Order: sequence, then structure tokens, then C-alpha cells
Amino acid sequence: MNFIDALISPAWRGTYTLFKKEVFRFWRVAFQTIASPVLSALLYLLIFSHALSGHVEVYKGVEYTSFLIPGLIMMSLLQNAFANSSSSLVQSKVMGSIVFVLLTPLTYLQFFIAFLAASIIRGLMVGFSIYLVAIWFVPVPITHFGWIFTFALLGSALLGTFGIIAGIWSDKFDQMAAFQNFVIMPLTFLSGVFYSIHSLPPFWQALSKFNPFFYMIDGFRYGFFGQGDISPWISLVVVTAFLLALAWLALKMLKSGYKLRG
Amino acid sequence: MSIPAISIEQVHKRFGSLHALKGIDLTIHQGEFFGLLGPNGAGKSTLINTLAGLLRPTSGKIAVMGHDVVDDYQAARQNLGIVPQELVFDPFFNVREMLRFQAGYFGKGKENDAWVDEVIETLGLTDKAHTNMRKLSGGMKRRALIAQALAHKPPVIVLDEPTAGVDVELRQIMWEFIKKLNREGHTIVLTTHYLEEAEALCSRVAMMKQGEIVALDSTANLLHKFAGKNLRLKLGQASLPAVLLPMLKNGENGLFTLALSDLGQVEFALSELRKANIVVEDVQLIEADLEDVFLSLVGGA
Repeated sequence: MNFIDALISPAWRGTYTLFKKEVFRFWRVAFQTIASPVLSALLYLLIFSHALSGHVEVYKGVEYTSFLIPGLIMMSLLQNAFANSSSSLVQSKVMGSIVFVLLTPLTYLQFFIAFLAASIIRGLMVGFSIYLVAIWFVPVPITHFGWIFTFALLGSALLGTFGIIAGIWSDKFDQMAAFQNFVIMPLTFLSGVFYSIHSLPPFWQALSKFNPFFYMIDGFRYGFFGQGDISPWISLVVVTAFLLALAWLALKMLKSGYKLRG
Repeated sequence: MSIPAISIEQVHKRFGSLHALKGIDLTIHQGEFFGLLGPNGAGKSTLINTLAGLLRPTSGKIAVMGHDVVDDYQAARQNLGIVPQELVFDPFFNVREMLRFQAGYFGKGKENDAWVDEVIETLGLTDKAHTNMRKLSGGMKRRALIAQALAHKPPVIVLDEPTAGVDVELRQIMWEFIKKLNREGHTIVLTTHYLEEAEALCSRVAMMKQGEIVALDSTANLLHKFAGKNLRLKLGQASLPAVLLPMLKNGENGLFTLALSDLGQVEFALSELRKANIVVEDVQLIEADLEDVFLSLVGGA
């Protein structure tokens, strides 16, 4: 990465260094941060496709296994983007090494950008790795690459931001794990990773529309198959609005020094 | 007069009902070797953390090299290197990586690598440069912490209890290193529990008690002002004549220590003993140390 170092202007060097450190942090333990989510996604794929293929046809002309792949990619991408910023922040708070960053001239905005960018990279890397492995087993068309990339980016940014909020708020690992188990997991599983919401009873269908994860997954899936439960434009608006709201909250917390500076 | 390295004006810090800093005023000049002493809970670390921007003052102003730590924090932090009290470390990286990252946060690039290597060498970390922070011994972690504070070459360096729990040998190495930094023009602020450390290193000291500075002077003046010399007498079985009792600091097993306000009192004490026909087995004149000053200001009442 030396050639990139040389390109960075001194004003952005601090931000870039923090970003680079955050990327190295997960890359050093890539077996756990990249390989393990890829393996989990493949296990889901194996089990669900065997159990359900032939029984379900969600979209016309789309095999269930193919249908499943974008959902699995997005699910892992979101979980890992969240895990990156939240676990890094909680760990450095528990270890106390967060002071090394707090003692520097980095502004709260630069702090946010660096952690967010690293989360996005982790999310995209996990997502892309799953795609690369999955296409060996099942054909997955790419109809609108632009939508795929847009939702991958927005989704990892949204969860990366949520991870920053959870990381700042949590004082202990178990509090962060509660976010993961009681917020992220239910919202993911109830968002249409494994099914189309059109197969749900009306009440659950209506409820799903309040779940931001539904829009991320549906918009992302639209990019692959050119069809979805709702228009990708609606998903774009909803996801962007959620992202802006969470970013506003995260920046407000960072600016006030909430739980970081007394 | 040049800009002070650190200027603190009427700084208050409250944590709820706890008034941790009660209007601190303090100016530390460039090039000084300054000691901040006080018992646990006196507010030393609170003051340092406020200086570092880890805490915000409830009221008052602090500036580092003329830059306000709240309004102009970027410039203030650029000038400040803090060695935290706790042995904190990032478990993912080795010593050299950590130091380069640390310098990078301050906007330093490749041109700073030579300085990082110099710091590594001077602190005796060369063998450990590629060792993960997690695998360093306590003493080595302490050195790495000092190196981290220096990575961006700040003119003002604050060490919060740097030698707590450090063995004698490493303490000597660190003292020499910090003295060298001071000779090279760095302003040094040291908080410590070890009074002999402040006495050996600091040209000026402030003593804190319950959020206030109770003494601020050159180390020499403080020693002179608050603690004259002591006279230690070994008297065998005899007890001290009543006339000498007001001077008594402590006495047991025939060993008496008298506080002297001036040297003339030696003659007085000895003549009184002679009058009482007491045989003096041994006499010792003892220089006061900061411990006496500390106890008279901070301890007890």
C-alpha cells in the first residue's frame, strides 16, 4: 500500500492512517473476519437449497438456490460491516487503546470516516468473496450491476454506521453482542433473505415494510434478477434515509464525546 | 518571554457532585522539567487528562504552546505527547507498526520513519520492533508507550506515573532517556508517587491535594522552605531533655530525630545534652527530602 501512502495529501494522512489501521486489523485475522462468514454463508446455501429447491419458486424462471444467493451475500455483508466497527471500538475501549486515537488531532468527522470506510471494505470483501465461491455452484445472473453495487455500498455503510453507534454505546462485549443477537439477527432473518415477502401473510408483509433490512436486500436482489418485491428506487430512498439518520446520530455522539471523552 | 509550554488558568472540573479540580492555575515554561506530585485522588490524572483533551474542563482555560486545548485542539495535540498511566496497547500490531500508525494519525508520513527508528533504538526496543505488542513484557510495554507518545515528535511531553511498577534498572534507563529529551529542548511534565524521582529529575514541582495546588516552587526552594535539616542523635538509654522536645520529629529506641530551622540549633541541642549529662553516642546531620515537604503539606492535617 506504499504507493497509496504517497498519493495521500498530508491533510488526509491522519484519516487514511486510521482507515488503514482498521483494515489491517481485520485483515490480520482474515480467517475469522473473511473466511468464516464465507463458510457460514455456504453452509446456509447448502442446507436451504437442498431442503427447499424444487419446492419453492419465488420469481418466475429463477431457481430457489439462485434466489437465495443475493440474500445470503447481503446478510453476511451487513453483519460483517456491523461487526467491524462495533468490535473494533468495543475492544479498544475495553483494552484502553482507544486513547491512542483520542490523543491525536483527528476530528470527530475524520474518526467517523475512517471507521466507516474500513467497515465498508470489510462488508464488500465478505460479500464479494461469497459471490466468487457461490457462482461455482449455482448460476447467478447480474442484470443491473449499478443497483448491486449501490445497495452493497449503502448497506455496508448503514451497518458500519450502526456498528459505530453500538461500539460507542457499549461498555462491554456482551452489550455489543446484544445488539447483534437482538437487533441485527432478527431484522436480517425477517427481511426476506430466505423468502419473498409476497409469500407471507398480509400482516407480516406489512410489518416487513418497516424493516430497513428488507429494502437493502430487495434492492440488492433486484440488481441480480431485474425483479423484486418493490421498486429499487423506493428501496434507495428508504435505505439512504436510514443511513443519513444513523450517520447524524453517530456524528452527534462523536462530536459530543459521548462515552469517549468525559 | 516565550510562549509557555503549558498554561492553565482557573481550571475547574466537576464530575457530578465531585469537585475534582478546584481552580488550578499553573504555568509551565518551555524547556522545564516539571513534577506534579500528590497522593492518589489529588487530581493529577484529571488535570493531565483535561490537558490531553480526554476530559473537558468544566470552566477555565488550558493551552499547550499557546493553543487552547478545546478551541484549537488540533494544534494543541500536535504539540503534546502523553504517556498514559495504564499499560494499554493494541494487540493486533507490532511495535514498529504501532509507532508508524501513531505518527500517521498526526499527519506524519514516510519522512518521519527515521525518527520512529531512532526512538525505538534509544528506548532499547530494537530487538522487539517486530514483536507483537501483546507479547511484550510489562517493562517493554512501558517503553513502547513512551515511544508512542514521542512518535510525532511533540515539544511537550507529559508522563503520567511512568515508573509505577517498573524495576530499578528500567527506571534508571527511563530517567536517563527523559533527561536526554529534556536536554534536547523538550518540556517534560512528570507525575509521580516516587518523591526521590521528582527530587532527582524535576527543577520545579507542584504539589496537589484534593484538587488544589498546595505548593508550587523550585525543588530547591521547597526543600529549603518547608524542611530544614534534621539532626539525628543516638542517646543510648537516656531520654531527651524536655527543653528539646518541641524540636522532636520522632524518637524511638534511643534514636531521636530533631527538626532544625537553622544550623545554629545544632550547637544549642548539643549544649543542652551536655548540661543534662547525656552521652551522645552518634550524631548525624540529615538533608531534608521532598518526602518531608510532601508530608508537611499533604499528609495528615
